[in-house]
Amino acid sequence: MGYEISLLTIMGISVIGALSLNMILGFCGQISLGHAAFLGIGAYTSAMLTKAGIPFLLALPAAMLLSGLIGVIVGFSSLRVRHDFLAITTMGVSFLFTGLVRKQEFLGGEMGIAAIPDPGYGKVGFMLFVFAMAIALTIFSLYIKRSWMGFTFDTVADDEDTATLLGVNVSGYKLMAFALGTAFAGLAGALYAHNVKFIDPESFGFIESITILSMVVIGGTGSVWGVISAAVVLSVFPLWFQFIDDYKLLVYGGLLCAVMLLSPDGISSLVVKLFNKIFKREKVIHVNT
Amino acid sequence: MLFIDLILQGLIQGGVYALIAIGLTLVYGLLRILHIAHAGLYALGGYCALFITEATGSFSLAIVGSMIIVGIVGMAVYRLFYQPILDKPPVVALIVSIGLFIAMEELYRIFFGANGLSYTAAPLQGTIEFYGIYIRQSEIVSLILAFVLISGLSLFTKYTRIGIAWRATVTDPVMAESFGVDVLKVRYLNFFIGSMMAAAAGSMVGLTNNLVEPTMGSIPSYKALAIIVLGGLGNVRGTLIAALAIGLAESFGTIYLGDFFDRDSIAFAFLIIVLMIKPKGLFTKE
Repeated sequence: MGYEISLLTIMGISVIGALSLNMILGFCGQISLGHAAFLGIGAYTSAMLTKAGIPFLLALPAAMLLSGLIGVIVGFSSLRVRHDFLAITTMGVSFLFTGLVRKQEFLGGEMGIAAIPDPGYGKVGFMLFVFAMAIALTIFSLYIKRSWMGFTFDTVADDEDTATLLGVNVSGYKLMAFALGTAFAGLAGALYAHNVKFIDPESFGFIESITILSMVVIGGTGSVWGVISAAVVLSVFPLWFQFIDDYKLLVYGGLLCAVMLLSPDGISSLVVKLFNKIFKREKVIHVNT
Repeated sequence: MLFIDLILQGLIQGGVYALIAIGLTLVYGLLRILHIAHAGLYALGGYCALFITEATGSFSLAIVGSMIIVGIVGMAVYRLFYQPILDKPPVVALIVSIGLFIAMEELYRIFFGANGLSYTAAPLQGTIEFYGIYIRQSEIVSLILAFVLISGLSLFTKYTRIGIAWRATVTDPVMAESFGVDVLKVRYLNFFIGSMMAAAAGSMVGLTNNLVEPTMGSIPSYKALAIIVLGGLGNVRGTLIAALAIGLAESFGTIYLGDFFDRDSIAFAFLIIVLMIKPKGLFTKE
C-alpha cells in the first residue's frame, strides 16, 4: 500500500505544479521555461523554515509568499521582453537558480538539504492534504477561467496590443498571472520537499521545468481538465515503465515528439474532436431558405 | 599573463560557441523555431569524428566525414520533425525539439554507454608554449576552424547565387518565393549548413577533452540559446559577437565571480542583465 500512496502523493503534487504553470502559460499566454526554479524556491524556503523549528502550516504560506514575490520580479521581465525572448529569459532564471544555490553553503550547496522534518500527518494524512490542496487549486483555476480576470487574461494572451488599446492594464494582469502561478509553484515545491525529505539543486533543474511545461502543453494549454489528466499520466509515467527502466527516458522523449506531431493542440482538443465525432455534434450550418 | 591567458581561453571557448550558435540562429531566422535538438547533432558530430578517426586514423578525414553525415541527419530532422508542425504555435515546435533532444541523448547512452568514449590515440594533444602561456594544439585548431568555417559561410551567403537566395528568404520568405526561390531547398540547405557547423564544434570539443559523452550537448546548447538571443535572434553577425562576448565573460567570470555563481550560470546572468536593458538583444535594428 505504501507504494501506491507515495505514487498518488507525487501525482497530486504534479497536478499542483502543472496547474500553477497553466495560470501563466495557459491563461495569460506568457511562456515560462524556468518554472521548476519557483518550485525550488518554495521547497528550499519551507525546508529551511521547518528545520529552524517553524511549524509546517506556517512554513507553507511563507514558501508561497517568497516564491510569488520572486515570481513578480521575474514577471517584470515579461513586461520588457516578449515571446521567444521571454522563453530564453525564463530559461536563464532556471539556470541562475541552480547555479546560485549550488554555491550557497547555507543552502547545502551541491549536497542539498537532507532530513527535512515530516509534517506529522502520517503517509495517508499527507496524501489527503496534498489532494485537498490539488482540489482547491482546481476549483480556483476553474473559477479564474470563468471570472472577469480570466477573460482579461485571455485577451492579453491573444493580442497584447489590442488589449492595451481596449484599456486593459496589460502589465498589471501579467504580473498577477506570474504572482499567482509562481506562488502555487512554491506550494508544489514545498509539498515536494516534505514528501521526499531531501532536495538538491538538481531536483529543480531545466529538465524538471520542461517536464512541467510538457504536462501543460500535452494536456492542452489553458484547459484545466486536460492539464490535470496530462499531469496525472506523465507524473507516474516513469514509474509505470519501471520494467523498461533503461529505455524509459527514450520512450518519454519519443512520446513528447509523437504527441505533439499527432495532436499539436494537446490531448484535450483531440478528445473534444473525438467526442464531437461520436455524438455527431456537427457545426450548425445556417442555410438561408 | 593571467589576463592574456583568460582572453585566449575566452576566445577559444567563444569560437566553439559561435559554431554551435550559428546553426541555431540560422534555423531561428528562417523558421522561428528554437531548435534545442541542435545540441543532439553537436554530440553526434563528436561521436562521428571519434568513430571515423578510430576506423581510418585520420582526424582531418573524420572532421569532414562527421560534418557531412551530421548535415544530412540535420536535414532529416527538419523533414521528419519540423515540417509537419510549421503552422503551429512556436511552443509546439519547442516541445518536439526537446523531446527529440532527450531521445537522442538516450540513444547515444544506450548504444555507446553512459561513461562516454575516448580516442585510443588522440591526435593534436601536444601543448605549445608561447611566452609563458600554454595552449593545446587542438584548441588552436578549433579556433582556426571556427574562423575558417564562419568566414567561408559569410562569403558563401554574399557571393553565390544560392547564398543570396538564402538571405532573401530569411528577410522575406513570401517575396523570395514569388521571385522564384525554392523555399524548401533553402530550408534544407539551412539545416545542412547549420548542423555541419555544430558537427565541427562537436568534433573539436570531443578531441580537446578527449571525451565524447551522451550529455555533452546539454550545457552548450542552452548557452547557445542564450547567445542567439543576446545577438538578437536570427542575426548572424550579432550572434558571432555575442558568442565571443559570452566566452570572454565566462573565462573572466569564473575567476572573479566563481564564489557566487557556477560557470554555467554566468552566461545567463549576463543575458538577463542585457535583455533588461535592451529587450531585443544587443544587435537588433529597431
